[in-house]
Amino acid sequence: MQVQITVNGEQHTDDVEPRLLLAHYLRDVCGLKATNIGCDTTSCGACTVHVDGEAVKSCTVLTVATDGAAVTTLEGLAPSTDDLHPVQRAFRAEHGLQCGFCTPGMVMAAAALVANNPDLTEAEVRAGLEGNLCRCTGYHNIVRAVLAAAREVSA
Amino acid sequence: MIPAAFDYVRAESVDHAVALLGEHGDDAKLIAGGHSLLPMMKLRLAFPSVLVDVRTIAEASYVRVDGDVVAVGALTRHRDLVTSDVLRTEAPLISMAAAYVGDPQIRNRGTIGGSLAHADPAADLPAAVLASDATLVVQCADGRREIASGEFFTGYFETALDDSEMLVEIRVPRTGSNGAHYEKFTRRANDWAIVGVATVAGRVALANMGSAPLRATAVEAALAEGASVDDAAALAAENTSPVADMNADAVYRKHLARVLTRRALSAAVGV
Repeated sequence: MQVQITVNGEQHTDDVEPRLLLAHYLRDVCGLKATNIGCDTTSCGACTVHVDGEAVKSCTVLTVATDGAAVTTLEGLAPSTDDLHPVQRAFRAEHGLQCGFCTPGMVMAAAALVANNPDLTEAEVRAGLEGNLCRCTGYHNIVRAVLAAAREVSA
Repeated sequence: MIPAAFDYVRAESVDHAVALLGEHGDDAKLIAGGHSLLPMMKLRLAFPSVLVDVRTIAEASYVRVDGDVVAVGALTRHRDLVTSDVLRTEAPLISMAAAYVGDPQIRNRGTIGGSLAHADPAADLPAAVLASDATLVVQCADGRREIASGEFFTGYFETALDDSEMLVEIRVPRTGSNGAHYEKFTRRANDWAIVGVATVAGRVALANMGSAPLRATAVEAALAEGASVDDAAALAAENTSPVADMNADAVYRKHLARVLTRRALSAAVGV
């Protein structure tokens, strides 16, 4: 069936099967490969993107259910590589990644968290990232990065 | 993992959704947030031939006071249950339990109606609704009927809902903050309860202590007779038959039920 989805600000019109998952649509139809598929069971959060501004796990959303919505992936979070989102800058400055596989989902979940409430405590960051797993277990630097980004946004 | 093929229809209203259910019978499934159904479809444990998407029916997403109860639309998302001032003031157990469902991304998508209709015995909201002694309103093409929460959960992923019916509203008695608490034990972040205990107004319900959420009637009777929290909580595993799985055997689950009931009751009465 035909869907119209705004992906990273661009209007897309595509004919998709109802069973096509949003993660597969973004990667295979739109060619946006930043969104990783990790566990494929709604646990790890690597596939986190924003739908109408809210963080969701795109391995568990039907593409047809986002007809008419605006989807943002990591590729669309910042205007350009010279002008990164505060969360992206903070992940680089605070060494918030090791292997990098969880990073797209971490950054998208953290960006939604900071946008919701930039006045975050460390405990709130940890609870807010509960849906994102890092197999390198690099959580300390990730939490530090999100707190730094939150401070920058609220300053 | 990719689900088996299906036809997809977006319902415009509750009436439209139940008309579609009436038309397609048990070949059709309702989908809202999809965070219980889609994982089962990806594992090919479920393969409906028609999905009726009810997620965008705005008329079924609300929280409002209605006389002695708080009326919660079945399509209200977990996120909105957690942040609802009405629920937090008038029926806080529902907000407390919703805060433990999955993780923020899941709470952005999942709905209370979806969680109750899915009826996973390890889920948080069924136990909270049962402890609240809520009433569930369901609708089919012929009209509406009410089902007491004590009669709604009939077994492992089974409810009193007919294939032609949609859960449309949950009517939760207004308790105020009268002894409400939800206690959940997990080993990992964003996981299902190994055991969960919901309590409000002297009622106690257990998650994952049987094939459906259960009222801990022995605990409730002891409390009503004036037993101490410790003595009442010691009865929490009576008449339960929990499963053994990779997380816990039945003996350990019974132990957890007693400990978590004591913690829940203690927190609920502020000791």
